[in-house]
Amino acid sequence: MARIPGMKTQRNAELGLLAFAMVLVAAYGATVEAGRIGEITPTFWVPAALLSVLFLGLHFVVRYTAPYADPVLIPAVALINGLGVGFLRRLDIGDALSEKQPIPGIFSGIGGRQLAWTLIALILAAVLLLVVRDHKVVSRYAYTLGLTGIVLVMIPAVLPRSLSEVNGAKLWIRIGSFSIQPGEFAKIALVSFFAYYLVRKREVLSLASRRVLGIDFPRGRDLGPVVTVWLLSLLVLVFEKDLGTALLYFGLFIVTLYVATERSSWLIIGLLLFFGGVYVAYLLGASVGGPFANFYDRAQVWLNPFDSENYERVGGSYQLVQGLLSLGTGGLFGSGPGGGSPRFVPEVQNDFIFAGMGEEIGLFGLSALLVLYLLIVERGLRSALAVRDSFGKLVAGGLSFTLGLQIFVILGGITGLIPLTGQTTPFLSSGGSSLMANWLLIAMLLRISNAARGPAASGGGTDRAGGGGKKAPAQLHGAMTEVIKP
Amino acid sequence: MNAPLRRAGVVILVLFGLLFANLNWVQAYKADDYRTNDYNRRVVVAQYERPRGVIEAGGQGVATNKITDDALKYLRVYPRKEVYAPVLGYRPVGLAATGIENAENDFLSGESDKLFADRVKDMFTGNNTGGGNVLLTLNTKAQETAWKELNDNERNVTKGAAIAIDPRTGAVQAMVSMPSFDPNPLVSHDEKAAAAAYNKLNKDPAQPLLNRSTAETKPPGSVFKVIVSAAALQNGYTTETEIEAGREYRESGAVIRNSEDEVCPGSQIDLKDALTTSCNTGFARLGVTLGRDKVLAAAKAFGFEDDQLTVGDLEGSGLPVAMSDTGKIANPDGSVDKGALAQSSLGQRDVRMTPLQGALIAATVANGGKQMRPYLVQKLTSPDLRTIYTAKGKVLREPINGQVADDLKDMMVSVVENGTGKRARIDGMEVGGKTGTAQNAEGADPHGWFVGFAFNDKGEAVSAACVMLENVPGGHASAEAARIAGLIMEAAAGQGGN
Repeated sequence: MARIPGMKTQRNAELGLLAFAMVLVAAYGATVEAGRIGEITPTFWVPAALLSVLFLGLHFVVRYTAPYADPVLIPAVALINGLGVGFLRRLDIGDALSEKQPIPGIFSGIGGRQLAWTLIALILAAVLLLVVRDHKVVSRYAYTLGLTGIVLVMIPAVLPRSLSEVNGAKLWIRIGSFSIQPGEFAKIALVSFFAYYLVRKREVLSLASRRVLGIDFPRGRDLGPVVTVWLLSLLVLVFEKDLGTALLYFGLFIVTLYVATERSSWLIIGLLLFFGGVYVAYLLGASVGGPFANFYDRAQVWLNPFDSENYERVGGSYQLVQGLLSLGTGGLFGSGPGGGSPRFVPEVQNDFIFAGMGEEIGLFGLSALLVLYLLIVERGLRSALAVRDSFGKLVAGGLSFTLGLQIFVILGGITGLIPLTGQTTPFLSSGGSSLMANWLLIAMLLRISNAARGPAASGGGTDRAGGGGKKAPAQLHGAMTEVIKP
Repeated sequence: MNAPLRRAGVVILVLFGLLFANLNWVQAYKADDYRTNDYNRRVVVAQYERPRGVIEAGGQGVATNKITDDALKYLRVYPRKEVYAPVLGYRPVGLAATGIENAENDFLSGESDKLFADRVKDMFTGNNTGGGNVLLTLNTKAQETAWKELNDNERNVTKGAAIAIDPRTGAVQAMVSMPSFDPNPLVSHDEKAAAAAYNKLNKDPAQPLLNRSTAETKPPGSVFKVIVSAAALQNGYTTETEIEAGREYRESGAVIRNSEDEVCPGSQIDLKDALTTSCNTGFARLGVTLGRDKVLAAAKAFGFEDDQLTVGDLEGSGLPVAMSDTGKIANPDGSVDKGALAQSSLGQRDVRMTPLQGALIAATVANGGKQMRPYLVQKLTSPDLRTIYTAKGKVLREPINGQVADDLKDMMVSVVENGTGKRARIDGMEVGGKTGTAQNAEGADPHGWFVGFAFNDKGEAVSAACVMLENVPGGHASAEAARIAGLIMEAAAGQGGN
């Protein structure tokens, strides 16, 4: 998209915010070293500087490919990403000290690996921005993406355990020391498929319906493909015991359906199904056991984490309790970066990173992080509101909502608000798959926000196809035109 | 599509609001709970960052520290092992502490408000000056004597307890329990080894972890006659009052006989002689004559039925003391069971007493009727050895007046001079006391008791003691208890010993 003279791109605001974020990351690195080692090493600024270079690169790609994109997204995500790298490096330093080893270099340990993953994730995001110049192009590959999504989710389930299991969760593809979690990428593919399909069937879904018990149900053939894809992924996830992701896909499906049809009955049906399913699974777990026993156990752990029986049981509440104690020990102000004992919390580099950071930055620090996350999600939703085409609205809305839901599921789990299900904390947790997938998600949001905030090419703010670009993809012309056959 | 998108935005806002509210709950409201939770390893590591205060007895450290190389910097050491274990307790890494280690934990760990000034100073100097020290009232000579004599007893008894108190103040001079345990393995930084050591002790049928002087109650036998005597003296009797005795006394199905035929065979005996010879029929009749309420009131006045007492500092924290109990002495319809009253007056039937309660009875008599609250903590000193607290005796209750106390003292001295407690005599001191032989299970050897007191040559009550030996073989169960009590009181008085 060419720049229109006189229209504000706010790219300089982005640059300024990014610089501010990187100063904070450098300051965090310095306080970690002061708190843990007792001195600030001459190299404390190196991770922040490297990250600055990387984010600056992305910034220039955005300048060139998406000049009107939302200026807050990149700095906000960069700050969280940077703090994540800083905290993982803090773990490396702590481990080295407790084992009386020399402090590792910037590029070794999990902190170093996270730096490398950030580089790869940013390259992927940049490539996406460079290749996909108009988000509507994606809709051409909607069915391919839907299929890809399912395949991605299913791969670990069909692979042998030796290639797919890490810490008891069968969610991975492992080749040597390299491992990747394909399901992380599935959500972007599935959102795109849902969005395309629902946009195409929008009018049919909202108009052709059968009235049962005062609620309008769409015809089965109109909903078939979406429900199939969704049910398949849910089934697979339930068998992989990845309940958190199953919940995410459920929420994703319900919300895109709701947004597309504008019918609140979908929300009601969805919520009833969800809570009904949860309750039935709980009851089955209590009585029948079998595949539901795991579910019942988790509910018990959530309800009584401090119960000594739950605490001492293998797979019990040990991790949850240690996370809560870590958060509680942090209190309002925290013990200061580097001043806590995050290693008392199992998986603190991963699922429980929020609890580990909470001990050191306290309620005030975590509140700031929460606000930062909220800002990202709400900025995404704002792009969805402002973008002119339905496909873009659904994709941006779906992705933002899923991101928000994922944050809720993992942070709610860690803080004991809801039963714990394993999820990564976006941009914080150690691990390449999550980082890459979520940066791709941000690139997608950047792309859509560029369309939302940029000048309309022709036709103005209509919902009709062809509103966003010079060369509207052929398929979208048919998007709203399906005839209703009673 | 914008309206549902906006609503989705509101949903996200609500979800984040819930997260924020819950985070406040965890990090602000529950923070203190979590910070000090037993599962929180940080508490442990932080507490081992600075040396824990030393517990001393008679100028020697009985709970000290050793610097280690592992993550927990200081290892707790108990150099006298079994001897002081029932008093000190132990402080394991992962589990709850017991004994004085538990009762004075705040002060020993340095978290007490009393050490606030030191904590503030640490904040500025950056030092970890450690916790405050606790000085026990224990007299090391008396304690070591009690331990040695109990374990080397002449009847091969394996279980028992001994306790000695300064009657004037309530300061505990000796407190031992047999068998005891070595606390050192229990505080090992290797938590698995510590747990294994604990499980072994906990499963031992001899119950070495039980502090028998405060936590175990046994039938006191004839020791209870002191209580019945007190009830009589308070109700118009004198030491010369003749009471009915005889070879045998039948009351409501209960048959009371004397321990030997030579004891009070005549129909009358005066109160003093009845106690001196431990006349069973006399006291059983006396108890029935006085009535249940007077006997129970006297027992209660001396401290029976008190389940709140602790022995530690005078502010109320310390080792919990089991409740000594007389039982109901009632028929199912609530009326007085005279047979039970007759047996209870001899300290049998449902009467149960801790050795500490026995020592308190003797101490009350020796102290002119005032029962002082027993305590173990004499002094608290800051890490730089400033005295922060010194115990001054506190009257716990006053069960009898001075006259009754004098009469009882007279009678109890007679027991040691002329009666059943001769083996408690100490050269150069005036000693009084009362023996007890308590039948328990059918066919089992009886428990031997002795409670007594000693006055020095200046006429000061210097020590009151109680020795209890469980299941003493070979007859005259109380004689060995009397012998040991005499040696403990002698050591506590600062004479003899080693």
